[in-house]
Amino acid sequence: MTTTLTRPDVAGRALARPAAPRRKRNTRKTIEIVAFVAPALLVYVGFVLLPVVLAAYYSVYKWNGLGPLEEFVGFDNYARALGDPVFIGAMSHNLFFVVASLIVQGPIAIGVALLLNRAMKGRSIFRVIIFVPYVLSEVISAVAWRLILQPHGPFDAVFEAVGLGDLRQLWLADLNVVIWTLLAVVSWKYVGFAIILFLAGLQGVPDELTEAAQIDGASWWQVQRYITIPLLGPTIRIWAFLSIIGSLQLFDMVWVMTGGGPANASSTMATYMIQFGFQRSQLGFGSAIAVILFVVSFTFALIYQRFVLSRDTEGALTRGVG
Amino acid sequence: MMNTRSITRLLAAGAVTALTLAGITACDSTPGDSNGDVTLTWWHNGTGEPLKGYWQSVADQFEDDHPGVTVNVEAIQNEELQRTKIPNALRGNNPPDLFQQWGGGELATQVEAGRVLDISADVDEELESLGGSVAGWQVDGKTYGLPFSLGIEGFWYNKALFADAGIETTPTTLDELNEAITKLKDAGITPIAVGAGDKWPAAHYWYNFALKSCSPDTLKAASVSLDFSDPCFKDAGADLETFIASEPFQEGFLATPAQQGAGSSAGLLANGKAGMELMGHWNPGVMGGLTEDGEGLGDDLGWFNFPGIPGSAGDPTAALGGGDGFSCSYKAPPECVELLKYIASVDVQTKFAETGAGLPVAAGAETGVSDPNMQALLEGRNNATYVQLWLDTAYGPTVGGAMNDAIANMFAGQATPEDIVNAMNDAAATL
Repeated sequence: MTTTLTRPDVAGRALARPAAPRRKRNTRKTIEIVAFVAPALLVYVGFVLLPVVLAAYYSVYKWNGLGPLEEFVGFDNYARALGDPVFIGAMSHNLFFVVASLIVQGPIAIGVALLLNRAMKGRSIFRVIIFVPYVLSEVISAVAWRLILQPHGPFDAVFEAVGLGDLRQLWLADLNVVIWTLLAVVSWKYVGFAIILFLAGLQGVPDELTEAAQIDGASWWQVQRYITIPLLGPTIRIWAFLSIIGSLQLFDMVWVMTGGGPANASSTMATYMIQFGFQRSQLGFGSAIAVILFVVSFTFALIYQRFVLSRDTEGALTRGVG
Repeated sequence: MMNTRSITRLLAAGAVTALTLAGITACDSTPGDSNGDVTLTWWHNGTGEPLKGYWQSVADQFEDDHPGVTVNVEAIQNEELQRTKIPNALRGNNPPDLFQQWGGGELATQVEAGRVLDISADVDEELESLGGSVAGWQVDGKTYGLPFSLGIEGFWYNKALFADAGIETTPTTLDELNEAITKLKDAGITPIAVGAGDKWPAAHYWYNFALKSCSPDTLKAASVSLDFSDPCFKDAGADLETFIASEPFQEGFLATPAQQGAGSSAGLLANGKAGMELMGHWNPGVMGGLTEDGEGLGDDLGWFNFPGIPGSAGDPTAALGGGDGFSCSYKAPPECVELLKYIASVDVQTKFAETGAGLPVAAGAETGVSDPNMQALLEGRNNATYVQLWLDTAYGPTVGGAMNDAIANMFAGQATPEDIVNAMNDAAATL
């Protein structure tokens, strides 16, 4: 429950969905399917559904994780969480990351992807360089950034060397600055993923359309504006979905860099859950936070699928085609 | 379009993956002891030298003395170990056999849940040797672990920097401490390093002020009742607020970790970047690992007790302290208790003292304390009429965590003395 980015294999999902039942299906086929699906289904139930249900179950108890589940408290844990200004603060930080990540990463990623899509020398090297932050482990890059950003650390040295010494901040220790620092680091980390997605999406834009527009006298800008970006729409919408879910579940980078501090100025729902649920040995309360986080993400995902992604997935899901 | 065969293949591939996954998880069990061989796992927080190497040598020696016993020693970063790894391992079904134990309220919670082995029947000899030190590892008269180190807290300071700043004698009162801070500042030296990013190092200032403003009886009662309405707790916050306002700490202290890297508070002191640090007896052992030569400050390192506050209600000879020990988990084999007893033996304790990584507890092991700082600490410990266990350990994770958070908020200018007391009382109410 603490991963930053869930990446459902979009293409794989369309493929993996078996053809809808046909009336002529014989028994042997049914057995085959059951036999093959059962293991995966068991793993899915055991490692995904069951934990969700268990968390919901624990969340109505006062429980320190060690003793038996005895003290039923109903929705007290939920009331306590939603009445805690620190948790509301954590939710607002998540919201900040959701909105700011889209605003910051989207334009940068689209711009860089358009640039990298042109024929030029060393293109693949640029692509690799841009993708490197995303490949690095979250914890490793967060530790590195924490060292880089410490007062009088390498980052400050660079800042001073280029004559920006007056703008130096306590990047991770200032209550008003820390969340912007984190936004910058998180954007650095994940913008590469957006760029790769967009680059892949650009491969699906037919050259014929671009050529036709160019013949009609469209400038490079006009081609991008009226042809490429609209056709990139489905990719952008999928990326936005992944980015928002990732921002809602943001954990590792924040946890390693600031632990949600100072004074909860950078806490997210997930760091709040670990801090107040697990470290304080109140697993019932922590489970309630987990359930709230799940409900928020799940509700968002459903709404987004229904209203934004629906036109992209239409037709992609095969129905009874042999 | 996909034909039936490719669908079947896809499903087969999925099933194989799923089975592999299931197989991997199923295989993750403890090594068997079919032929009398026993494997012990041992988790400790000695990630730096000399402690890391020392515990390994203790394990090696134990293996040599006990054929058939294998000891897997794992050194885990302190905060991770105490707050995440051990609690989670104890919740699960496969806890380590021997694990670091800080005692107090934390141990009581673990005991209540039946996760710690009662070793009372096996340790009569050790109880005699360790004396009153074991109290923190006992619950309701039964023993659930043995300490290997017990010390009190004080300021570790850099003698050379103090001399540069013209400070001749170490401060014994709060006023003298403030004077020293001013002198260090005037000399362009960061007076105090504090790892407020980890919260507890910041919280220890409040503990010390509470120790100075509350009488031992009040503190003892509060450890049990978890009622913090006595006005002395608010006074502690007010004293701390004044102290923070004098800006004695390094730049960006709110995000500074305590023990990780040269930029941590221990690292700043070890590398001559700060005048002093309020820390427990383990600090030399931590600092060693944070300098390039592995030596820490060497002879420049000094130690003095937390200064007294004239006219306060607290016992001036009371000290704040705590210890490190080990417990065996409820599933541990008898060999675990053997290893624990071996660690508490005078021989191992004396050599532990010789490493300078902490103060030993076994009677007779004091002879190993050769380092002058450790000798000063030992004297302080022996002279203390009352040693109050670290408050977060004493109050357990729920109240202790809320207390540390609230104090850290005060360091960030986000909490008043009342806020700290309220946070503690509120947390106690959720128990």
